[in-house]
Amino acid sequence: MSEERPRDDYLRDGPNLTGAELDAVLDETWRDGPGLMGWIRSVDHKSIGKRYLVTAIVFLGLGGILAALMRIQLSGPGHHFLGPDRYNQIFTMHGTTMMFLFAVPVMDAMAIYLVPLMIGTRNTAFPRLNAFSYWMYLAGGTLLWVAFVLNVGPDAGWFSYVPLAGPEYSPGKRVDIWAQMVTFTEVAALAVAVSLTATILKKRAPGMTLARMPIFVWAILIVSLMVILSMPSVALASSMLLADRLVGTQFYNSYELGDPLLWQHLFWFFGHPEVYIIFLPAAGFVSEIVQAYTGRQTFGYTTIVLALCATGLLAFGLWVHHMFATGLPRLGYAFYTAASMAVSIPAGIQIFCWIATIWTGRPRFMVPMLWVVGFIVTFVIGGLTGVMLASVPIDLQVHDTYFVVAHFHYVLIGGAVFPLLGAITYWFPKFTGRMMSEGLGKVSFWLSFLSFQGTFFPMHIVGIEGMPRRVYTYPAGMGWDTLNLISSISAFVFAGSVILFVANMLLSMRGGEQAPDNPWGAPGLEWKAASPPRPYNHAHIPIVLDNTPLWNAEQPVAYGLRVEDRELVLTTVLDARPDLREPSPEPTAWPLIAALATTVMFISSIFTPWAVAIGSVPIGVALIAWFWPKGPPHPDPVIE
Amino acid sequence: MKRAALILPLLAPGCAGIQSANGRDAVQGALIGRLFDVFLGVAVVVYALVIVYLALALLRGRRHRRRESGLQGEPAPSLERPWRIGLILFASATALILFGLAIATWLTDRALAKAGAEAPLEVEVIGNQWWWEVRYQDPVASRIVRTANELHLPVGQTTRLTLKSNDVIHSMWIPNLSGKQDMIPGRESDLALHPTRTGTFRAQCAEFCGMQHANMALDVTVESPADFRRWYEAQLVPQPAPGGAAAAGYAIFQNRQCASCHAVGGTPASGQVAPDLTHVASRNTIAAGALPMSRENLARWVSDPQAVKPGNNMPKVPLSQSELGALVAYLETLK
Repeated sequence: MSEERPRDDYLRDGPNLTGAELDAVLDETWRDGPGLMGWIRSVDHKSIGKRYLVTAIVFLGLGGILAALMRIQLSGPGHHFLGPDRYNQIFTMHGTTMMFLFAVPVMDAMAIYLVPLMIGTRNTAFPRLNAFSYWMYLAGGTLLWVAFVLNVGPDAGWFSYVPLAGPEYSPGKRVDIWAQMVTFTEVAALAVAVSLTATILKKRAPGMTLARMPIFVWAILIVSLMVILSMPSVALASSMLLADRLVGTQFYNSYELGDPLLWQHLFWFFGHPEVYIIFLPAAGFVSEIVQAYTGRQTFGYTTIVLALCATGLLAFGLWVHHMFATGLPRLGYAFYTAASMAVSIPAGIQIFCWIATIWTGRPRFMVPMLWVVGFIVTFVIGGLTGVMLASVPIDLQVHDTYFVVAHFHYVLIGGAVFPLLGAITYWFPKFTGRMMSEGLGKVSFWLSFLSFQGTFFPMHIVGIEGMPRRVYTYPAGMGWDTLNLISSISAFVFAGSVILFVANMLLSMRGGEQAPDNPWGAPGLEWKAASPPRPYNHAHIPIVLDNTPLWNAEQPVAYGLRVEDRELVLTTVLDARPDLREPSPEPTAWPLIAALATTVMFISSIFTPWAVAIGSVPIGVALIAWFWPKGPPHPDPVIE
Repeated sequence: MKRAALILPLLAPGCAGIQSANGRDAVQGALIGRLFDVFLGVAVVVYALVIVYLALALLRGRRHRRRESGLQGEPAPSLERPWRIGLILFASATALILFGLAIATWLTDRALAKAGAEAPLEVEVIGNQWWWEVRYQDPVASRIVRTANELHLPVGQTTRLTLKSNDVIHSMWIPNLSGKQDMIPGRESDLALHPTRTGTFRAQCAEFCGMQHANMALDVTVESPADFRRWYEAQLVPQPAPGGAAAAGYAIFQNRQCASCHAVGGTPASGQVAPDLTHVASRNTIAAGALPMSRENLARWVSDPQAVKPGNNMPKVPLSQSELGALVAYLETLK
């Protein structure tokens, strides 16, 4: 190892360099550049996380508008507010937007922002890859919505079953747009997953062993691994669909010895884990919130972590419960019934632990806790209907009816969006330096909680009473009218409550009370950083002694990182012993340029397969520029 | 609790609609219904217990809060022990309950398989965008009945439906009688039905199949074996060229576009890509449940199918008012 200068020549933090003096130097080193270019070139996880969050909330709004349109159409029998073509595009767009452009990215957003703060480091691993992933996500979402506005929105469902989505029954570009949007979002999700996995495994503060990681970080680690394992399946499926549609392969054509069920297997092998990819981060939010507001460590830390792992594993063994009606062999079904039922055991264990934490702690019922209570009351219903759906005979009756629509909205809204809204309220002071209004927060909680039940509970009954999903209209006299009307009216109240929540965010961002660093007296490292955090997060890297570091009288820190260059400390995977110092990339515009080149290639490949070959050239050039070594190699990855 | 209050009254048989899983009007539907009741009962009890547990925790927490404040950190291990035991008991109870439910599922599955083991009547149902082709099988070719968008079943015996698709995936679902079964191109599946009461029911495609998925219904009539026989024999009667008032309409049917897609038994019209119309006027609805059968509705449908069911595959055939009247008059004779 050759060193050009003796090591001590570098400026390092330590007892002699601390406080305001250190802040100034670190600020200079880590902040984004000025102006628009600074914004574009940013690789700061907080900037990227906030962009992700705002974009995801915009897509939530768009998806919500579509839901409102559907509820107008279905408020009574035989309405002509929307025609079948428009309605089919709208329900496809609603599902696609909510799953691919809201639910997964919003969890990514929270993780990108919070994980480095929670584990006490300055940035994520591969921050440029993170920046790239945001641009890809933005491009994919924009592609889908521009196409929809131009009446080229996909109309074969968010699941795009073949042969309906194949070349013969969906001519035109609509389904190509859908499949290519999936490619964009899976590139984005994989990039984030890789970055977060490496961040969590290698960048934890010294002393934060795996067993001292916050439960939210555990959830994100498991989810990231799940993304890495499940996304290739949908990538393969959608690539084969595009090949069938654009270059005449016959993967899914039964008349040429292809098989339409192949699509369903590949899609649900991704699609079912996807549900837990959305739910597990929410379980992490709940654990953090319960811990902070009860003033005690979450009961059964190890049990909850094991339950999360079990959920992550089982999630890959129950995709066939989406296919019980396809007529696969009965014996095989028994396995998937057992697996689907078994997944409710870890879920139940987590619920038990959270309630036990509340019981044995000293709960403060502030808005995030209300969301947690609302989550438990709602999610358990979704879990119980999930057990019903795991039973093949029952599933054969209620599959593809409004019963299932009710079930997964209970699980996804009750199970993931309620905790998310709680989490946003909880971490809002950290994000913005301001407190969210408690009063408005309570109103929006109660409104959403009650109107949610009014919207989705009747759907259970309507489904059992025989109403199938994905119908643009229904005849009168089936006994569905009143219940649908109740759903529609409640849906508008629900939409109003979400708007109120967002309004609370916007108002509080400007006029909210100034937030101290740790307004809730929470134990996590993220609350040690300033509110909002400085570009470098923590002035000194904290040393972690247990699961609740900020509740300790003793809060040691580590010294010795270079401060005039971007430098991080890497620790060992299991015990988080200091391992290496590593340089962290500087801001750059190349991720954006690479994303633009990729976007051009992806979109033009819808029109000609040659785009794949020709379009790879600019991507290659952009990547070469991105990775071009700048200056002499970093002199000291020194083992401490 | 809320669940129980809202759903349980609806479970009483007899008050269910013509397209309702609460109907339980066949052996299969009743078996599934009973299993559903078991699951619902368990779910209601489990939910009530969770809510009570949560409510107690919240109330306790509220009292606690008033007495003392401040951080607790990690509580003493001795305080945690009863909770750990509780957790183990809870997890074991959950596993046991689920095991019981899995056994109940398995028993129901077996009973369903037994109930459908022997079927004296075989019917092939083929899904098309957006209508149902129905063929009653018989070893004698001339005794095969072809119809569309309606299914007649004799009460008190098992009928096996063989399910196929001509284009995309559809799903056969007669909620009053049994669960659903997908119709997948290139595959064959089946569905056994043993209706236990007579009546008319509505079935609907349950897998999204494109533009008119919402208007792909099937009229199901369960009748006494004698009535079923009568209907069957009537369906076998061909409808040769009529004389008199209907002759003009017959000529239009044969000479304009109609006959190239539709078939009418006993005439040269033998199109196979659209519903067989030999006894169309004896059906309850038009265009897979899109309209009730009546003279006005037939005229409305034939004059502009795209206005009634946008996107369906029947073209608008330009007809003068008198031609339309004659054609409808002819169709009405196809009882």
